[in-house]
This record gives sequence, structure tokens and C-alpha cells, in this order.
Amino acid sequence: MEPNQQRSKALPRFDILFTGVTAFLVALWAVFAVSHADDAAMVVHGWIFIAAAVLAVLAMVFAAGGSALTNDNSTYSDGVIRYGVIASTFWGIVGMLVGVVIASQLAFPDALYFKDFGFLNFGRLRPLHTSAVIFAFGGNVLLATSFYVVQRTCRARLFGGMLPWFVFWGYQLFIVLAATGYLMGVTSGQEYAEPTWHVDLWLTVVWVAYLLVFLGTLWKRKEPHIYVANWFYLAFIVTIAMLHVVNNLAVPTSAFATTSYPLFGGVQNALTQWWYGHNAVGFFLTAGFLAIMYYFVPKQVNRPVYSYQLSIVHFWALIFIYIWAGPHHLHYTALPQWAQTLGMTFSVILWMPSWGGMINGLMTLSGNWDKLRTDPVLRMFVASLAFYGMSTFEGPVMSVRAVNSLSHYTDWTIGHVHSGALGWVGMVSFGALYALTPWLWKRERLYSLKLVEMHFWLSTIGILFYISSMWVSGIQQGLMWRSYNEFGFLTYSFVETVKAMHLPYIVRALGGLLYLLGTCIMAYNLYRTVKGSVSSKEPLSTANPNLVPAE
Amino acid sequence: MLFKNHGIIERNSMILLIGILLMVSVGGIVQIAPLFRIEQTIEKVDGVRPYTPLELAGRGVYIREGCYTCHSQMIRPLRDEIERYGHYSLAAESMYDHPFQWGSKRTGPDLARVGGRYSDAWHVQHLINPRSVVPESIMPPYAFLEGRPVGVQNTIGKHLMAQVRVGVPYTQADIDNAKDDLIAQADPNADSEGLQARYGGKVTVRDFDGDPTKVTEMDALVAYLQVLGTMVDFKTYEPTKAENLR
Repeated sequence: MEPNQQRSKALPRFDILFTGVTAFLVALWAVFAVSHADDAAMVVHGWIFIAAAVLAVLAMVFAAGGSALTNDNSTYSDGVIRYGVIASTFWGIVGMLVGVVIASQLAFPDALYFKDFGFLNFGRLRPLHTSAVIFAFGGNVLLATSFYVVQRTCRARLFGGMLPWFVFWGYQLFIVLAATGYLMGVTSGQEYAEPTWHVDLWLTVVWVAYLLVFLGTLWKRKEPHIYVANWFYLAFIVTIAMLHVVNNLAVPTSAFATTSYPLFGGVQNALTQWWYGHNAVGFFLTAGFLAIMYYFVPKQVNRPVYSYQLSIVHFWALIFIYIWAGPHHLHYTALPQWAQTLGMTFSVILWMPSWGGMINGLMTLSGNWDKLRTDPVLRMFVASLAFYGMSTFEGPVMSVRAVNSLSHYTDWTIGHVHSGALGWVGMVSFGALYALTPWLWKRERLYSLKLVEMHFWLSTIGILFYISSMWVSGIQQGLMWRSYNEFGFLTYSFVETVKAMHLPYIVRALGGLLYLLGTCIMAYNLYRTVKGSVSSKEPLSTANPNLVPAE
Repeated sequence: MLFKNHGIIERNSMILLIGILLMVSVGGIVQIAPLFRIEQTIEKVDGVRPYTPLELAGRGVYIREGCYTCHSQMIRPLRDEIERYGHYSLAAESMYDHPFQWGSKRTGPDLARVGGRYSDAWHVQHLINPRSVVPESIMPPYAFLEGRPVGVQNTIGKHLMAQVRVGVPYTQADIDNAKDDLIAQADPNADSEGLQARYGGKVTVRDFDGDPTKVTEMDALVAYLQVLGTMVDFKTYEPTKAENLR
């Protein structure tokens, strides 16, 4: 499957042709969208599309003959990964900042809602927060790490010439369209799938290119075996494509309107949505980040993965079982009970393959546990695995119908999600970014390990504040809702239970703030590392295991 | 055995890819496909109809503002929920909801049966400044809906057409008269005979926001909130009948 060098000289290169044609078609549609728009938001999105197409063409013209367009197979293409690291850090701070803002809105509504700025209301900022942290921060981490890992483990340059750049910038365009859309009230109204039809279509184009780059690199590999991290990346890319396309099937009100109606309605829509929603967790936030774990943890401890057999069993079990778990989001709803029971059963079974991954990661340290004392980056990875284990135990518990009758609709769910998101996804990402930055910019090590240490403690304490306050508020509210007085009447009106949430909401916002602060410290540390500085208080040591080049 | 032969998968990216696709398809097919046998999934009830154009526009405002991020529309068959909110929600009640708005979080109360619970004036005041009527509320203010003309007023016909394409049974007459119906529902002095012929006599025709000069987003949103949970006639619904058990 090696691209034929001789032919590619004679014919226009596929990647340039693809990008050029895509830019042209998008611009053509966008011109009509601007001039014939049904709503004002489409005009804005039309102009964003046009600007992106013009920038893409300009970039190709100016880069012609430059290194970005060459297909020099003797080196890895790391430029796009450096951009990915920067984008991850940037979107991470943006997404977490919005999170702190909306958490504070719930604690202090009078201070943080503005009568004349409806676009800053909770309902519009909440999708901005979830999309920014999941898809912008998490997505960029996955793009950057997958491009890094697939090249090293295949010993091959990324496939597709400038196609990886198309994927990276196309994905940023998707983020900008989604985010501006949310602020303007453009939403599909389906949680975690809020981008509307035209943004979804654009993401589909980008995602197909992503799959092509990833698969193409696998085809070019010089290693006979595909490394386990790549199984997880491939499962993540393919399954997200399937979920995204099916869940976002919709009929727009016109070719130039941002509004659309999903193909499925009511109960079918509900199940499709949570099939999507739960597997966005399963494949975006779990399989993708397990791939990161499978490369970076062994690298950081300098030992092979604990068990090859375990990775095979847990990989296939995880991807098979996860898909079934969606209906646990719909317990006691109008979804037929057999579907709820199936969802619950598979959610409980899911505990095992989840812990298989945790065990495989943690046991990779066996014999090298002492490194935890000296390497704060490794501590980040280990803490992330601990949180992964904790939240994948809590999840099955909450999926049991009896528990769910209490936890559903309350903050307990929010706390559960954040123990996974902040603890597992966040910390494994931080670890990967700390590891990648010195590798990519060819620095001997990070600017300061003390700052990593500080980041570690800030984020850990932040998470503890967050999840414990949400346990308190969630369980308390659930119990208050179902509380009866001695006369057999409901004890509390709804708003009394809202009032009781005030203190936990303040603690939660504080926890989020600490976590955000940690991320800002990381950004500073990475920035200084890129600049080539080394903290004067921490002189370089001669022996540094981080220096071992990736294979 | 298993581990020995796994090498085949590890050496062939396409076998790996197909293997993944097969594994992740099973669950979705088994769970989702049977739901499309409607008679097994959705109860037979009287009264559920497609939304009127004004209600549909109001539903658009509800979705646009992200109300679903804090309010559910799904009452579970639990004692406290039935006493707090009313009869548990039926699948039939959201059969024309594209998208469904069952929600996942109750930062505010469930709204599945909020229709008719409060007066229009209460809703308007509550939306303008929630804490003026519920001091402990943490809801954002929606004062900007007041006086703002319904954004989709001129394209509402296209909205109904798109709804038809996804399976909502609007008629050609519904589509042709969509804009007139939208305006008529918010004006008690207008001729609403056509509207009521098309959507049934139970359709409420009122000046929802107290501003008779124009049809506003406040009109639309309140009209939507006031219809929530009011369509099904529970006097004729027997929950324990075999055909209604699932």
C-alpha cells in the first residue's frame, strides 16, 4: 500500500487535490449560505466557512515547496503534533474556564446572569463547556497523541502528505463553528451532540480524512504487528464515526438554515441519543485515552505493558460491551423495560473489562514503583488510572435500577462524570502533554518538575472538592425529593431542594477553580519548556529516563 | 489458541478494522432496531397531536436556550414523582418530539406536565425575572424574549415540511396555513377556526405574553409550556391493560 512516488509526481497529489476541492465546494456553498440564509446565525457560519476556505488555499500556496507539503519519508511529521499540543492546552483552559463560570452561575445566579446578555445564560454556556472540554480539549489531545503514537509504533511517517494538517485545521474549524453556534443559540438539542447538521457534515469530512491518515499510516508500517495502543485508537475513530453519523441524521429546514429536525423522534431518538452519548464516553473518553495510557505509561516507566493477554481480552470485551450500556441513562423512562434491563446488565459486566485496563496500566509499574517518588508526570498517569478505576466502579453501581432511581436527575451523575473527566481523562492528558512537549521540541526535560508537582496536587484536591460536593448535593437532593412527612405528604417543595444545593455548589465551583489553576500552571510550564528554559532551582541531571527516544 | 491466532488480527489492519466494526455493531442493532416496531414501543392513546406552529416555534426557543440542560420532561413511575408532577410520562406523549427533550438533569423541576399548572402571566413574569416569583430560584432570566418577534415566523412552513420528512403527520393544509396559524394562536380576536379545525378544539388561543401588538418569542415559549403534558386524555387510558405494558 506504499504510495507510488513515481505516479504522485506526474499526477496532482491526492491530498492537495482533496483539500483544494473541499475548500472550493465549501466556499461555494457558503457564498449561497451567506446570501440566501434563513437565519442570522447561518450568515455568520457562512462567513467563517469562507474565511477558512480562503485561509486554506492561501496556506497551500505559501506552503508550496515547503516542508509541510513534502512527503519526506525519512522523518516523522511532528509539526502538526506540536500544533495539537498547543491547541489542547488552549482549549483545555477555555473549556475549564467556562466550566468554572457555569458552576459559579448556579451558586450565585444574581451576580452572574445579565438581563441583556442572554447568550451568557447557563443553557447556552453549558454545551459550550461540555463540547470544549470533551471535543476541543480531549479531541485535540487524541489527535496529537494518535499522530505521535501511530508514527512511532509503526516506524512510518504519517500518511497523506498535508492531509494531517487538513485534519488538524478542519477539526479546529469544527470547534469554532460549534462554539460560535452555541453562543448564538444554534443547537440540535441533543446532549453532547449539539452541533447542528452543517457542522456535523463538516466533522464527517474531517473524520473520514482522519481515519484515512490513521489507516494509511498503519498500511505503511515497518513493524509487522500493530501495537495495542493503535487498536484502541482505531476503535475510537471508527466507532465515533458510526455513532456520529447515525445519531445526527437530520433533515434541515433548508439548505441554508441552521435549524434541522432529527430523523428519529421520541423514544427512538432517546435510545439512539444515549447509545451515542454513552459511547461518546466509551470510545472518545475511554478507548481513545486508554490508547494514550498504553503508549505513555510504558514509556514513562520504561517497561513493557504488564500483560499482552490481558490487553487482548480487555480490548475486545470493552468495545463489545460498552455499546450496550446506553439504556442505563433511561431507567424508569418510557423506554421499554427489556431495553433498560439489557443496558443495566451490560453496564455491570462492563466493570470487568474496565478494570482490566486499569490493572494492565497500574501493573506496568511493577518493579518500578519507586519512580512514583521522583517522577511527578508518572504520578499524574497513576492518579488518572486510579480515578479511572474508581469511576468505572461507580458507573456500574449507578446503572443498577434501584440506585439509579435515586441518583438519576441529580448532581451525583455530574460528580460521577467529573471523576472520570477530571480524574481520568484530564490527568492522563496532562501526563501525555508533559511527556510530549520535551520530546517534540527536543528539550532535555520540562522547565520545572516542581510545577508539575504543584499541578498534580491542585488538580487532585480540586477533583476531591468537586466529586465530594456533588455526592453530598446529589444524594441529599435525591433523598429530599422522595422524603415523606408523617402525614404521608411530600416533605419538600422542589425549590427547597434547590436552596439546599447552595453550599455544595460553592464548593464545587471552588474545586473547578483549583483544577483550572492547575491547568494554567501546566500551560506556563509547557510554554517555558518550549522556550527552552530550565528552572534555575532544578538543575539538569545527567541521567534522565525521559530522554529515551520514542521507538 | 485465542492468543496465538490473535497475531493474524494484529498483522492485518483491515481484519482489525472489520473486527472492531462487527463488535461495536451488535449492541446497537439488538437494542435500537426493535424499537422501530412502533406498536410494541408506543402506547395507543387518544389526544396526542403534532404541535401547532406557535408551539413548535416555542419548542424551538426552548431548545435554543438549552432549557433541557436543567429541566427534564420525563416523569418516572415512582410514587414521589407521580405525586409531585402527575401521571408518569408515556412514550406516546413524545412520539412527535424531534428531538426528544426528556433531559438528564433536574436542576429545575420536571416540565413534562407543566401545562396548565401556572397562569400565562406567572410564566411571563417568571421568565423575565425568575427570582421575582421564586426567590430561591437559580434560573437565568429570559427577559430578552419579551417583545422579540418570533424568529421563525417567515420560515415556519419550511419547519413543518422538515417535520413531515422525519415522520410527523402534518397535512398540506397545515403547511400552507402555518404562518397564519402561528399568528392566529396568539391573538384572541383573530379568526382561529381554521387553526382549531386543523389541530383540534383543545388548542388554546390566547395572547400569551400580554402584548397584543405582536407575536413574540415569549408568546411562543409560553404556548409551548402550556401545552406540555396536556394532550393525553388519561380518563381513557388504562395503564394496566396488556397492550400498554412493556
